[in-house]
Amino acid sequence: MNLIDILFYFFATISVVSASIVVFSKNIIYSAFSLLFTFFAVAGLYVLLNADFLAITQLLIYVGGILVLMLFGVMLTHKVISVDIKSGTLKILPAALITSMIAGTLIGIFTVTDWKIAPAQTADPIPTAKGIGEMFMTTWLLPFEVASVILLIALIGAAILARREKQAK
Amino acid sequence: MLQIGLTHYLVLSAILFSLGIWGVVSRRNAILVLMGIELILNAANINFIAFSRYGTLNLDGHMAAIFVIVLAAAEAAIALAIVLNIYKTFQTVNVDEINKLKE
Repeated sequence: MNLIDILFYFFATISVVSASIVVFSKNIIYSAFSLLFTFFAVAGLYVLLNADFLAITQLLIYVGGILVLMLFGVMLTHKVISVDIKSGTLKILPAALITSMIAGTLIGIFTVTDWKIAPAQTADPIPTAKGIGEMFMTTWLLPFEVASVILLIALIGAAILARREKQAK
Repeated sequence: MLQIGLTHYLVLSAILFSLGIWGVVSRRNAILVLMGIELILNAANINFIAFSRYGTLNLDGHMAAIFVIVLAAAEAAIALAIVLNIYKTFQTVNVDEINKLKE
């Protein structure tokens, strides 16, 4: 077992354990904070997969943006004073059935299928940022522009939705 | 011990995906449902990157993953705005108690 394997199992364990805490914990604050560790572990997996730019993007956007939004959401929608921060589950049995069926099917397909694997890369991994930038400006130019427009629309829409005052009757 | 390969990452992402599905279908709190969706998107991203590392997808997988992250950010912002509105209207964010489209 070399270092890469050990690191993979390390990050995989962290991500699975903290993701379990996210979905099984009764306390929503614990869920939000273990989501942080899930995102960090996934960023580590990206590094192991030679995706340096993606790992940084994951840290910036998920940890710096989405997670902070989630925490704001938790704090704004709970009466923090009354400590009523617990959150229950519902319909455990059908949910467990569906989840285990999906998990079994996916893992079965993933392990049985004979994936077409490219020849092993022996050279040192090259940084991906340059290639990604070039592809953004050439083959992926239209999706890039559309994504920027979508972000603008989402920004305006979120601001309008969250700031809308209730009309006085 | 088996060498770490494509299958390891795929199985890991399947586990994360299933945990996300569990969060979406079984939790009462709307914000926990959103966290489940984020887990699902992360699992999909791991698949994209794994295929671009071990398969023949090359940098296209990275591009798809970047767009997934962009849309996840937009989705989180909009969804939390909606959740805040729901809380203002119903004083709860439990998805089983919200059964009206308007007051």
